[in-house]
Amino acid sequence: MFSKEEIAQRIAKEIKDGYYVNLGIGIPTLVANYIPKGINVVLQSENGLLGMGPFPFEGEEDADLINAGKQTITTLPGSSIFDSAMSFGMIRAQKVDLTILGAMEVSENGDIANWKIPGKMVKGMGGAMDLVASAKNIIVAMQHVNKAGESKLLPKCTLPLTGVKCIKKIVTELAVLDVLPEGGFKLLERAPGVSIEFIQQSTAGRLVVEGEILEMRLD
Amino acid sequence: MINKVVSGAEEAIRDIADGATLMLGGFGLCGIPENCINALVKKQVKQLTCISNNAGVDDFGIGLMLQQRQIKKMISSYVGENAEFERQLLSGELEVDLIPQGTLATRCLAAGYGMPAIFTPAGVGTEVAEGKEIRNFNGKDYLMEYAFDADFAIVKAWKGDTAGNLMFRSTSRNFNPVMAMAGKITIAEVEELVEAGELDPDHIHTPGIYVHRIFQGKDYEKRIEQRTVRKSAVG
Repeated sequence: MFSKEEIAQRIAKEIKDGYYVNLGIGIPTLVANYIPKGINVVLQSENGLLGMGPFPFEGEEDADLINAGKQTITTLPGSSIFDSAMSFGMIRAQKVDLTILGAMEVSENGDIANWKIPGKMVKGMGGAMDLVASAKNIIVAMQHVNKAGESKLLPKCTLPLTGVKCIKKIVTELAVLDVLPEGGFKLLERAPGVSIEFIQQSTAGRLVVEGEILEMRLD
Repeated sequence: MINKVVSGAEEAIRDIADGATLMLGGFGLCGIPENCINALVKKQVKQLTCISNNAGVDDFGIGLMLQQRQIKKMISSYVGENAEFERQLLSGELEVDLIPQGTLATRCLAAGYGMPAIFTPAGVGTEVAEGKEIRNFNGKDYLMEYAFDADFAIVKAWKGDTAGNLMFRSTSRNFNPVMAMAGKITIAEVEELVEAGELDPDHIHTPGIYVHRIFQGKDYEKRIEQRTVRKSAVG
């Protein structure tokens, strides 16, 4: 079974040279630590920055320079700054190559729910609805099952939706899966030591298993 | 040239009355108009509708106005960091309209560009789409969202000149330029106010035509919401 760091590490393998990438809050943020050496990737922060760098050294924090998670960050050579409308303009116009975000639920037709639990305090969707509605390539980093052991990969989402038919790939602590255009989760890889039977039990939506399913590799 | 320079926040917000609709620039606590927020708290105007990406924290930013129960309605994309906000929301004292962040920014942009509405895919198929017109372009559905109509836009810039031209610094730019374009009356507080002619016209982010009142702010706290650092390379 994969840790959060290992989920991030596996997702990082999907990033290609020259990509502009938007990372959501949580596990997606960790992906930045595992971007393969030797490739050039530009991170977009939707509050208005391309070329997000690492956290500043202590004492060098700048209150005017934060990411979308409101954390102090740095710029890099080649960075650019812009306003919020342009930031979502480049997202809507599909200039951003890859969006990585978390989810509470994903359905077998690619719907995603990640912003609201009825009856609990609603904090808002932030930029998530804009990102999922427009991104051409979205990878979801999520836990396969909730704390009660219930599947979060469902025939149909039960929570209010963030976007419809938009998710194509999911990486969980158990598996890597594609969402098929005709519906269903296609199992691509399994985490080390995790059986197909266990993944099947943990997936409430339709799971498609074809051929040999190899263990995920992180190197 | 019309004199846009006012003495300070109190004069800048002098005619903001109960029930007004305000836009407030900033992302989290970054780039918020601290001086004007403090003046609005002091003035005790009430029943305000505030359009702002976030709602501050309990004891800073828009949170200060919430504490004084000055806000009737918030239009925001993310409001997570504020316990008083949560209390007023759950008790029904506060109305909240949560909208996608890109929709929020683009509805400002539309107002500043003189366009009555925009079409965006954000929210299609979700509860955000309820009651809204949907149009299909090239096989994809889009929601029609209206340009904002705000009485006042209150923004914070890094530098400004007496003609109202503004320059922003780093990611404190965020919503400020698009809100500056969108207010019927736009108020800009700046860290440094200079004479017209001192800023390079090529470096202006917001042309002064959009700005009606400008002043040099003071005592900026610029609070950091999430201070994240890494260890020095030399240990």
